[in-house]
Amino acid sequence: MFYREAGDFKVSYADDSQTFPIKFDRYRYYVVLAVAFGIIPFLINDYWANAILLPFLIYSIAAIGLNILVGYCGQVSLGTGGFMAVGAYACYKLMTAFPEVSMFIHVLLAGGITALVCVLFGLPSLRIKGFYLAVATLAAQFFLVWLFNRVPWFYNYSASGQINAPERDTFGILITGPNAPAWATYLFCLIFLAFCALVARNLTRGTLGRTWMAIRDMDIAAEIIGVNPLKAKMTAFAVSGFFIGISGALFFAVYLGAVEVGEAFGINKSFLVLFMVILGGLGSIFGSFAGAAFLVLLPVVLKVVGVDILGWPTDIVAHFQLVIVGALIIVFLIAEPHGMAQLWRVAKEKLRLWPFPH
Amino acid sequence: MKKTLTTLALGAAMAAGPAMADLVFPDLSYRTGPYAAGGIPFSDGYNDYFTLLNERDGGIGGVKAKVVECETGYNTEKGVECYESTKGQGALIYQPLSTGITYQLIPKVTADNIPLHTMGYGRTSAANGQVFSHVFNYPANYWNGASGVINYLLEENGGDLNGKKIALVYHNSAYGKEPIRTLEELSKKHGFELVALPVDHPGQEQKSQWLQIRRDRPDYVVMWGWGVMNQVAIQEAANIRFPMENFIGVWWSGAEHDVLPAGDKADGYKAVTFHNVGRDFPVFDDIQKYVVDAGKAAGAGDQVGNVLYNRGMYAAMLAAEAAKTAQEIHGTKDITPAMMRDGMEALVIDEAKMEALGMPNFGPTFSVSCENHGGPGLVGVTQWDAESKTWSLISDFKPSDTEVIGKLVEEDSAAYAAENNIEPNCK
Repeated sequence: MFYREAGDFKVSYADDSQTFPIKFDRYRYYVVLAVAFGIIPFLINDYWANAILLPFLIYSIAAIGLNILVGYCGQVSLGTGGFMAVGAYACYKLMTAFPEVSMFIHVLLAGGITALVCVLFGLPSLRIKGFYLAVATLAAQFFLVWLFNRVPWFYNYSASGQINAPERDTFGILITGPNAPAWATYLFCLIFLAFCALVARNLTRGTLGRTWMAIRDMDIAAEIIGVNPLKAKMTAFAVSGFFIGISGALFFAVYLGAVEVGEAFGINKSFLVLFMVILGGLGSIFGSFAGAAFLVLLPVVLKVVGVDILGWPTDIVAHFQLVIVGALIIVFLIAEPHGMAQLWRVAKEKLRLWPFPH
Repeated sequence: MKKTLTTLALGAAMAAGPAMADLVFPDLSYRTGPYAAGGIPFSDGYNDYFTLLNERDGGIGGVKAKVVECETGYNTEKGVECYESTKGQGALIYQPLSTGITYQLIPKVTADNIPLHTMGYGRTSAANGQVFSHVFNYPANYWNGASGVINYLLEENGGDLNGKKIALVYHNSAYGKEPIRTLEELSKKHGFELVALPVDHPGQEQKSQWLQIRRDRPDYVVMWGWGVMNQVAIQEAANIRFPMENFIGVWWSGAEHDVLPAGDKADGYKAVTFHNVGRDFPVFDDIQKYVVDAGKAAGAGDQVGNVLYNRGMYAAMLAAEAAKTAQEIHGTKDITPAMMRDGMEALVIDEAKMEALGMPNFGPTFSVSCENHGGPGLVGVTQWDAESKTWSLISDFKPSDTEVIGKLVEEDSAAYAAENNIEPNCK
């Protein structure tokens, strides 16, 4: 019914290798883009922006970044929180040092700085693998949080050790600070997400992505067929760090506005993003979106259903949320290790064959 | 996927819209996580006082008060979500009971024109109402607390702390770092040595800090802790046999649940406070009669009279009085958040008012003005008696070192004003 592929012929190589080769998928993608860019900005209010859409967009960027490292290149990382902190603090230092420069440039530069830091901490991956690499990145996580707590230069010597985003604009429109309109913050994050997703999707379809996947699947075999592990691993760390840095910068500057490194970028954040990637689907861009949407929306939906509709005590609902997330992770690991992206893939295959499955 | 879930959430959020025309007091509470032990009694006290007003007096000035509870888990992201989801319901005042969330909300409430009351926490320099128009931290703030501790120690030592060594064990967050600047100034002034020992969130692991205390042998230990960190610290102090009477906590480190786990060994532990302790006040008879016995108590109903319950109740009382003041100023029962702000700025708490509320001598008398959002900053000291399991006031409410604090408030608020292009003025 949905996937009517009859008559959809590919007559050129370009047609054949496009991102969404199936016509229905392609149109759906255009519709989602049109709604996201053309309709939501006119309907959005503060609650929707700050409670649901901004965290979804920002976590999606982080999940894409981590997915490149873990899902595509097979390098397990528990340092996401620390790398987001690098992005946030880089953005803060840039914002306060160069107030007249556009926020776009600050966020991109923050991503670039994080990429460098990420490569630095990725160097051990050439020697150590698997769990041991996870422990090395865990060390990065704790070291970075400690560093931003310890060295007052990073938080401009403020008394509380917090960093606060001053009001900054881009093209004359306020992006950060309490007076920034909801649509502007939303569009700002959406542009970065669209850019990151596009870049990630095309990188993973090209040579670079194939070398990453070769390293992931079997690094010795990859070396034998001529993949340079140094280049493959370092590019994965760099691209991943770039995305995670962007998400950290947006998380601090646009979403929260004031951040305390231990609380906002602690080990919990690393696990949260890792759960998004695992639940959503390792090695899938769509999975990053699905995982982020799921873990951002689940608490909100549970709260709305439990507290506002059913009138349960708030603490019961908060505890239920822990139980449900925990149970879901176990269920997914057992029943569908490839995450929601795989569910979607299976559903799509079924729909394409429907109503004649044989 | 994303769209279906968001539409679901949208439908649910619309279905759950509350009835208007009540006075809405959001309660950003935390009954879960490592800080729940402090969050539960505070929230119970806050809720119960408004229930009492509704049951006994029919609300505030005849309009019912409605408390909307939202669980933050002491987490800033959830705090923002709670703020955004409750502000549309006509929220009059926010009291997040978290310094981290306060820092988030200061610019937001100012832009949204809703007052924020951070009683004994938050950003200390908000006492300067010329810069922080919508933030109040009366009747006392962290720097009053820090100075109150030092004043008490000065008193104990005959006015001389020269050459003494004081260790500060603090929660490594904006909250715990807040007093350091004041203590540094005071250490210069009085000639004592300050050793700062950070404890990372959530604070269950403090072996190394207490090992250092054991080695350095400071004369006094001051604690800026919260949640599970407090009881661990008191237990560790007992383990190294640190004399409890030389161990003083801030008001967030001095409740029943902090000292009970250490048992008899916690006997003599001290904490500063800005309000009275115990349940020897007429208002508790009313709470018992109208709220607890009627089965309307918040939570499990077993916290009445605890230190933090009293504080939550005190916070609710100050909010209710500010709402009454606002109703009088503007001559309307149905006040808006902007009117509430005016009410807070014109708030006067005197003996007669406290007496009438059934809380004689419960807290200091003070009046708020645009220049001073911080109140008088009077600090008392309480001590724990492990045998009778009660806190008692051992030093009356005394003024803190306003000379040092005033200068620091001026400095810090000026920095904030410069950062955010605020022209300090009193409109």
